[in-house]
Amino acid sequence: MLTKRKGRVVKINGNMVSVEIETTVIQNEVAYIIHADERLKAEVIRVRGNRAETQVFESTTSLRVGDDVEFSDELLSVELGPGLLGQIFDGLQNPLPPLAAQHGFFLKRGIYLSALADEVEWEFTPAVKEGQVVRAGEKLGVVPEKIFKHAIMAPFYLRGPLEVVHIAKFGRYDLKHPIAKLKDNEGRLHEAYMKQSWPVKIPITAYAEKLKPTEPLVTKMRVIDSLFPVARGGTYCIPGPFGAGKTVLQQLTSRHAEIDVVIIAACGERAGEVVETLKTFPEITDPRTGKPLSDRTVIICNTSSMPVAARESSVYTAVTIAEYYRQMGLNVLLLADSTSRWAQAMREMSGRLEEIPGEEAFPAYLESRIASFYERAGLVKLYDGSLGSVTIGGTVSPAGGNFEEPVTQATLKVVGAFHGLSRERSDARRYPAIDPLISWTKYKSFIDEHKVERGHRILRKSNDVAQMMKVIGEEGTSLADYIDYLKGEFFDFVYLQQNAFDAVDEATQMERQKYIYDFIHNILESEFELEDKEKALHFFQSLRQLLRGWNSAAWKSKEFESIEKEISALLSSKSKENKEEK
Amino acid sequence: MQRVYTNIIQIAGDVITVEADSIGYMDIAEVTTSRGKSLAQVIRLDGKKVSLQVFAGSRGLSTGDKVRFLGHPMRVSSGENLLGRIFNGSGSPRDGGPALSENIVDIGSPSVNPVKRIVPDKMIRTGIPMIDIFNTLVVSQKLPIFSIAGEPYNELLARIATQAEVDVIILGGMGLKYDDYLFFRDTLQEHGALSRCIFFIHTAADPTVECLLVPDISLAVAEQFALNGKRVLVLLTDMTNFADALKEVSITMEQVPSNRGYPGDLYSQLAARYEKAVDFDTAGSITILAATTMPGDDVTHPVPDNTGYITEGQFYLKNGVIEPFGSLSRLKQQVNGKTRDDHRAIMDTMIQLFASYRETLEKQAMGFQMSNWDKKLLKYGRLFEDRMMSLEVNIPLEEALDEGWRIMGDCFTPEETGIKKAMIEKYWPKNGN
Repeated sequence: MLTKRKGRVVKINGNMVSVEIETTVIQNEVAYIIHADERLKAEVIRVRGNRAETQVFESTTSLRVGDDVEFSDELLSVELGPGLLGQIFDGLQNPLPPLAAQHGFFLKRGIYLSALADEVEWEFTPAVKEGQVVRAGEKLGVVPEKIFKHAIMAPFYLRGPLEVVHIAKFGRYDLKHPIAKLKDNEGRLHEAYMKQSWPVKIPITAYAEKLKPTEPLVTKMRVIDSLFPVARGGTYCIPGPFGAGKTVLQQLTSRHAEIDVVIIAACGERAGEVVETLKTFPEITDPRTGKPLSDRTVIICNTSSMPVAARESSVYTAVTIAEYYRQMGLNVLLLADSTSRWAQAMREMSGRLEEIPGEEAFPAYLESRIASFYERAGLVKLYDGSLGSVTIGGTVSPAGGNFEEPVTQATLKVVGAFHGLSRERSDARRYPAIDPLISWTKYKSFIDEHKVERGHRILRKSNDVAQMMKVIGEEGTSLADYIDYLKGEFFDFVYLQQNAFDAVDEATQMERQKYIYDFIHNILESEFELEDKEKALHFFQSLRQLLRGWNSAAWKSKEFESIEKEISALLSSKSKENKEEK
Repeated sequence: MQRVYTNIIQIAGDVITVEADSIGYMDIAEVTTSRGKSLAQVIRLDGKKVSLQVFAGSRGLSTGDKVRFLGHPMRVSSGENLLGRIFNGSGSPRDGGPALSENIVDIGSPSVNPVKRIVPDKMIRTGIPMIDIFNTLVVSQKLPIFSIAGEPYNELLARIATQAEVDVIILGGMGLKYDDYLFFRDTLQEHGALSRCIFFIHTAADPTVECLLVPDISLAVAEQFALNGKRVLVLLTDMTNFADALKEVSITMEQVPSNRGYPGDLYSQLAARYEKAVDFDTAGSITILAATTMPGDDVTHPVPDNTGYITEGQFYLKNGVIEPFGSLSRLKQQVNGKTRDDHRAIMDTMIQLFASYRETLEKQAMGFQMSNWDKKLLKYGRLFEDRMMSLEVNIPLEEALDEGWRIMGDCFTPEETGIKKAMIEKYWPKNGN
C-alpha cells in the first residue's frame, strides 16, 4: 500500500473545512483532520482545483489552519454482520452503549468504536460446498442472531460467478476469522468474513429483480390499513406541524407493524424521544415472536444537538442496514424521523459551500437526493427466488405547518402514500391526526375497494355539510344532510380514531379491521327511522358510545360479543326495513 | 500562547477581520479599543484571514486597535461561588463583586450520550393549576412560553422559579429591559431565593451580539451543577432576541438566509441549546424554561416554529392567562398517572367541557338561542376562568383537583360530565346538585 495521501487545512467555516492537497482525491471519500491527539472524521463533498471541501462530522472548535488531514481511500461506509439487531448507533454507526461505558456522559469528539464487536463468536453453519459457484449476495452460511437465521453472504462488491474454494466447517468463529475463500473469473482469490463493509450512499443491488409492491403492510392502525394503506416495499410520508403527533405515530408503527425488522432513524429530533424508545423497547414483548421488541430493532440516532453532518449520514446508514437485512429475505421497515432535518443539514452545507440557493435556500439537488433516498425502498426477488423488502416511512416537519414548502413537495412526488397530519385534528384531540380529506395512497387495501370508496365519500359529504352548517346553522340544514354529517362523524370517531392509551384499541389486527369495517359500512349504507335532528343526534351518540366500548373489548371475547348484540339491537330498533342484514 | 495583532483589515457590522496565524476556530480574543475591552470570538478562518464577532459591537473600533488571542474557546467559571452573583452577557461581574476564576469550563460542551439519559418521571410543582393539572411540568423538560410583547411572561417565569423545588436557579436574560431585570432580582430576593440564583444578564441597552453567549454560559454553568447531582432550573428570556442576534451576524457574514432573513441553521442553533435539558443517569438534572415572544402573535414565524419542533411542548400565554388550547406538555403523561387517581379524569373532562363552553360563546356571539345546556356551560366557563385559569390562583395540585370537582359539582349532574362511575362515587362533592 502506498503512503497515506495527506493535505492541510486552509479554511474553516462552521463544519465545512477546506483542505489543500497535492495528490489525487476521491469524491465522497473519508478524511481525518488531525488536531493534537484527536482525529476528526470528515467527508469530501466538493473538489475545486487543489482544494477539497469536506464536511466534518464533529464540532470544529479549536481546529486551526495548517492542521494535517489524512485521506482514507474509502467512501463513508458501515459494517454489516451479525450483532446489529438490538443495537443503538449514532449517525456514523458508533455504538452508543459501549461509548457511554468508556467515555461517560458526553459524546467526546473523535472517538470511533467498531460497530460490531470483533471478538464475539457466532455459531456458523455452512450453506454451500466447496466447488459450488455463487454470486455476490448469495448465502454462504447462517448464524443465529436473536430470532433470525442471519445469512452470511458473499461480499456485495464482488462481480461475476465466484467459485467457493474453501468454506469453514460448522463451528464458532469470531468476526475476524475468514469463513470462505472465493475465486473470481480472473482467478483472483477473495476472503469472506462474517462481516463486510459497504458505502452508505450506494444502494446494495445484489438481487435478481425489483418487483412492484402489492402485499399490504399491516400497521394495525385502522385509518392507515383500511383507508390509506402502505405496501411492503413501498414508501410513505407523514408531514405535519409540530405537536400533531408524527413521532407518536412512528413509535406506534414501530411497535405494532407486522414486519421482521424495524430500523429507526431518529434524525435531528429530540433526544428524549429516542431515550423513551431505547429504554422501553427491551421491556415490550413482540406478540409475534414472544421476544422483546428490541430484538428486531436497530436504532440509529443522531439527535438535534449532535453534529449536523452526521445527521445527513444517519439516514443513509439506516437505509444501508435495512437493505442488508432485506438481502436475507426479510421484510424491513425503515422509519425516518424527520427527513426535514436531513434536508436542513443539506441546506446548511450548501450555504457554506456558497452554492446558488433554490427555494427557501434549499439546494437545487434537494429533490433528486430525496427521490434517490426513497427509491432505495422496494420489494426484490433474490437470486434464490425468495422475496425481501424495504419499506420506508419518513416524517416531514414543514416550516409553519405549510405543506407547500420544498421538502414536503419533493417528498410527495416520490412516495406511494401520503399521510397528512393536520393541526385541526390534533387540536380537536382526534388521534391519529391523519386528515382523511387530504391524504392519499397508491396502494391497495385489504378492504374491498368499493367499500373503501364509500367510506371516503361519506367523510367528504360530512365535511361539506359541516362547512355549510357553520354558515346557515343547524336549522337551515335538511334532515338527510344532517344524518350524512352524523354518519361521517360517527365513522371518524369509532373507526379512524384510535386511543393509543387503551391496551386493546391501540392496535387492531387485520381480521378485526375487516370485520368492523364491514359492520360499520352496513351502518353507513342503512337508512334509519329518525324523526328529527335531536333524535338523530341522540341515536348516533349512543351508537358511538357503544362502539367505543366495543373497540376496547378484546377480539371475540364475551364482552365483545355482548356489546355487538347490544349494538345490533339498537340498530334494528331504528332500522327502516326492521330487518337488519348481518 | 497569547499574541497581539493590530492589523484589522475589515470591519463590517460587528464582525472584524485580522490577519493572524494558527488561530483555533471559535477561539476567544480580547479587543482593546479606546472605549475599553471587549471579547470577540472567531467565526471563520480563511487562510490568514481570521473573522471575529465582537461582542461589544464595532462602534468606535479602530483598524489599529489591539486584538489579543487567548488561545482557547470561550470559558466560564462554575461552581458554588457563583451562587447569588450577577454577571453580564460575557460572564463578567455586574454586581461589583470580584471576578471568578475557579472551576473554569468550556462553554458549548458536546451533547449527552442518549444512553446516559433517563426517561423523565418527576413532576415539578408550580402551584399554577393550568400547569400542574393540565400541562404538568416535568424535571428535565425544555419548555418555552410562547407569548407576545406586553404579556406577563417574565412574571410567570419568576413565579415558577420561586415556587419550584430546585437546588439552583440560573437566569439568562437576553435583551432584557432593565426594569425586568430589577423585577427578577427583587422578586427572587423577596422569596429568599437569591442565594441559590445566578444571573447572566444582557440588557436591551447592551450591544446585540453580546446576548449570543448568554444561553451557552448559563447552560455550561448549569451542566456543572447537574453533573454534581443538583437539580437546576434555567430560565432563558427572551430567546427571540437570541435568534435575532444570530440573524444579524449571519447576514453580516453574507450567509444565504433561509426564511425571513434567519440563517438556515436556526433549528440546529436553537436545538444545541434546548437539548442541554437533561435528566442524567446517576446525577442531577437541567430543566429549561424559556420565553419566546412571537412577532405579531404568529406561531408560524420561524423562531416559534423552529422552537416548537425542538421543545417538549409549550405554554401559550395570551391575555394574561395560560391558554388551554395551544399549550402542551409532551411529558405530562410520564407523571400525571402517578399523582392522584383522578388527575387524568379531571384533566380530560374539564378541558372537553371548556372546549364546549368556547363553542357556546361563539353561538352566543352569533345570536343563537341558549339552551339549558348552554347556560350550564356558560356558568362553568366563567368559574373555570376565575378559579383555574387566572394566574392569581396559587394552590397545590391536590387542592386544585378538589376545586375542579367543586366547579363541576356546582354546574353539572355527574352523568353530564361523562366521568366513570367509580371516580364519581369517590370524588363527586356530596352537597352538589
